[in-house]
Amino acid sequence: MKTVDARGLSCPEPVLMAREALKTKEKEYMILVDNMTSRENVTRFARSQGYDVKVTEKDGEFTLSLRK
Amino acid sequence: MNNEKTTIIAAGAVIGVIASVLVLFGNPVNMGFCIACFIRDTAGALGMHRAAPVQYIRPEIIGIILGAFCMAFFHKEFASKGGSAPMTRFTLGFFVMVGCLMFLGCPFRMIVRLAGGDLNAVLGLLGFFGGVLTGVFFLNKGFSLKRSYRLAAWDGYVLPAVQVVFLILLIAAPAFIFFSEEGPASKHAFWLISLLAGAAVGALAQRTRLCMAGGLRDVVLFKDYKLILGFVAVFAAALVTNVVLTLVTGTPYVNFGFAGQPVAHTDGIWNLLGMYLVGFAAILLGGCPLRQLVLSGEGNTDSQVTYLGLLVGAAFCHNFGLASSGEGPTANGKIGVIVGICVCLIIASLNTFKKGDK
Repeated sequence: MKTVDARGLSCPEPVLMAREALKTKEKEYMILVDNMTSRENVTRFARSQGYDVKVTEKDGEFTLSLRK
Repeated sequence: MNNEKTTIIAAGAVIGVIASVLVLFGNPVNMGFCIACFIRDTAGALGMHRAAPVQYIRPEIIGIILGAFCMAFFHKEFASKGGSAPMTRFTLGFFVMVGCLMFLGCPFRMIVRLAGGDLNAVLGLLGFFGGVLTGVFFLNKGFSLKRSYRLAAWDGYVLPAVQVVFLILLIAAPAFIFFSEEGPASKHAFWLISLLAGAAVGALAQRTRLCMAGGLRDVVLFKDYKLILGFVAVFAAALVTNVVLTLVTGTPYVNFGFAGQPVAHTDGIWNLLGMYLVGFAAILLGGCPLRQLVLSGEGNTDSQVTYLGLLVGAAFCHNFGLASSGEGPTANGKIGVIVGICVCLIIASLNTFKKGDK
């Protein structure tokens, strides 16, 4: 599983990183972000690419688990 | 998904109505609110510049920051963060103001001007879109101002606290605060109305992430239409409200044309270039001036530094004759815009092609 660490970055960068990573078309990804806007935007983008997104939160950081 | 879109359309519509209604309550025509103009007025009230017609502590700005602050705090989104190239952001904020005062309005006022029939804003919009495209070019090549970090817990409270001080200064009106007796800044709604209107806009913009630059950017980058729907809703609601106000009051709130528009000039090429600079710099910053205020309220000190850049830029523009007036742009303003575009190109290039650790 590929991991993208986009913590500390603000949009659109996390989405751009996700888009780059998703080019390899793996079944699962883990994307780390640390603000709500990025969480929403990456989730929206991943769903538009046909992935299911599960979010877990810890200390203001979000782990987005993408699965196709 | 659809829920997010419905929400931003509703929020944009409310914000558009607020912008038009503020004019009815006394704000300048086609300037229900404008982030750039109102920060400029605030800079003047503080005596940072001495342009007599544009001095007033605008409660809308205070309201936007504090409204976003309350909303973020309530939703546990408030966090003190920063450290993502603060001086670069200050510089970009400075030049955003140079571009805005060339055009005479921030991206938000550009929409408000369009809704008032000011066709000069069409050229502004074209320039703005060009600036966004230039910024997106660098984003696609890897532009980044790098990561922000958690800061000392209280750091993010500084700018919201300063806004409370500004509110006290506005109400107490001590002799060292300047208030315009004529000109655009003498026209304003009662402070409490302005404050509450600003707070509503700040709260709605915080929830929906509304951003004028982000709207165009996301369409180009990701074919994501969420933010631009907010942008369109602001325009539609402001236009409809203006038509209704015209019918109800008998005073024209919509007036299609180029010449004689309120607080605007007709120099097309410089309207275009001014907003080109604003669009370009806003993409590098990650958001338009409105969004910077909202992020400031969320505890983002990088945006708070950007606000300082806007404030200092406004003072600089009026102290050194860069700001346009109804008569048109100034020679200094034109130089300022060209310098600003060059600075943006340098900042964009240095942070794109010479990659450090990410």
